[in-house]
Amino acid sequence: MFRSRAIPCLLIKGDGLVKTMEFRQPKYVGDPINAVKLFNDLEVDELMLLDITATLENREPDFARVRDIASEAFMPISYGGGVRNIGHARRLCHLGVEKITVTTAAVENPSLVSDLARELGSSTVIVGMDVKLDWLRRPRVFKHCGTKNTGIDPVAHAREAERLGAGELLINSIDRDGTQNGYDLDLIEKVARAVSIPVIACGGAGSVGDLVKATRAGASAAAAGSLFVFRGPHRAVLINYPSQDELRIAFQMIP
Amino acid sequence: MIVIVDYGTGNLGSIQNMGRKAGGEMLISGDPNVISRADKLILPGVGAFDVGMTNLRSRGLEGPLNDAVRNRCVPILGICLGVQLFTRGSEEGVEPGLGWIAGDTIRFNFDSNPEHAALKVPHMGWDYIEPTREDRLLKNLPPEPRFYFVHSYHLACDDALDVLTWTDYGLRFASSVQRGNIWGTQFHPEKSHKFGFALLQNFVNLV
Repeated sequence: MFRSRAIPCLLIKGDGLVKTMEFRQPKYVGDPINAVKLFNDLEVDELMLLDITATLENREPDFARVRDIASEAFMPISYGGGVRNIGHARRLCHLGVEKITVTTAAVENPSLVSDLARELGSSTVIVGMDVKLDWLRRPRVFKHCGTKNTGIDPVAHAREAERLGAGELLINSIDRDGTQNGYDLDLIEKVARAVSIPVIACGGAGSVGDLVKATRAGASAAAAGSLFVFRGPHRAVLINYPSQDELRIAFQMIP
Repeated sequence: MIVIVDYGTGNLGSIQNMGRKAGGEMLISGDPNVISRADKLILPGVGAFDVGMTNLRSRGLEGPLNDAVRNRCVPILGICLGVQLFTRGSEEGVEPGLGWIAGDTIRFNFDSNPEHAALKVPHMGWDYIEPTREDRLLKNLPPEPRFYFVHSYHLACDDALDVLTWTDYGLRFASSVQRGNIWGTQFHPEKSHKFGFALLQNFVNLV
């Protein structure tokens, strides 16, 4: 029986892993290689790596660091952060990354998405969308790690990404990030309905039940940060992941 | 030495990483001379069928691969697009394939079946395999083996005896094949935890 994917989302800042709250206040949660080893043992479905300062610092991906992480990852991994040309993406694939996430570059240089899809295959290309409600409570796509409003509507952006050849869409809700108050299900549903490519929901998961709700709303995969790196009300750092049985039972609740 | 064929497509690093962990002496190369000297071959691949075949031909790799696999019976493992290239051709393109496995590569199509309308294409994620027989590649897999898939096309074999495992996704498709010295998996063993590790270790240990 085929099951939707549950994906730990790991944020890289400098040498460490961090977890943010509404894309701010990065809290150090550990060493990336150590975390990846733990997630190997936990047999996670997939891992998502996002370097949250590469674009802000106007630099390219830290290839040496990605190589060290990828060589320890025996599950599919995606990498996002600072990917601005096809050369970056090729190099990442050579280091052992399966999928490349482009977020800011997908807004600023849409032809990169089609180039990546043509050269590396659609399934290698994830278009990321950091979404935040504007002052009129309209969801809008933000770039530069959530610092700049593009004014673009997420549904329109999703359709455009699909047209350009993206293999998957990552919707990251800035307002929900780190809150563990549940996903923005309304947004997920709207975007998932508008496209036929798989949608990965991210931002707000507080329980396995939330992951299931995201897939009911139309997501093909549910990603989470806090859920898989913290435990308890005081957010003590503890790398964790549900067992296969837990996931199987939870996701079978889908009608 | 196991040569991972570099023809400009695919996650070569992942295969090298897992192959080394499984004890293999792995080398990534797109040099026809190196391929001609390989003890074993892995043909990886991600992306479009025609791009893959065109790259193999333009880099002068089709001849050395045919010679290794057909004449010298060098064990080869095709992964994802790699195994699709073993067929005669694909609905995805117009280029002829390598033709080592009698069959075609066809697209998942659930349009005519409302029961499966909710199934997304590509088939992306973890799924199970049902072996048709015992095989050296499937020896000692951990219980309930599951593997990571990402594909929109799958093999349709003329000869059911070529099918090594079946997987269900709206329909039953050949998730791996074997004929003589040729093995191929639609799934990605290099990204499938202890299950893929065991499978690649079996390939490394083939004699």
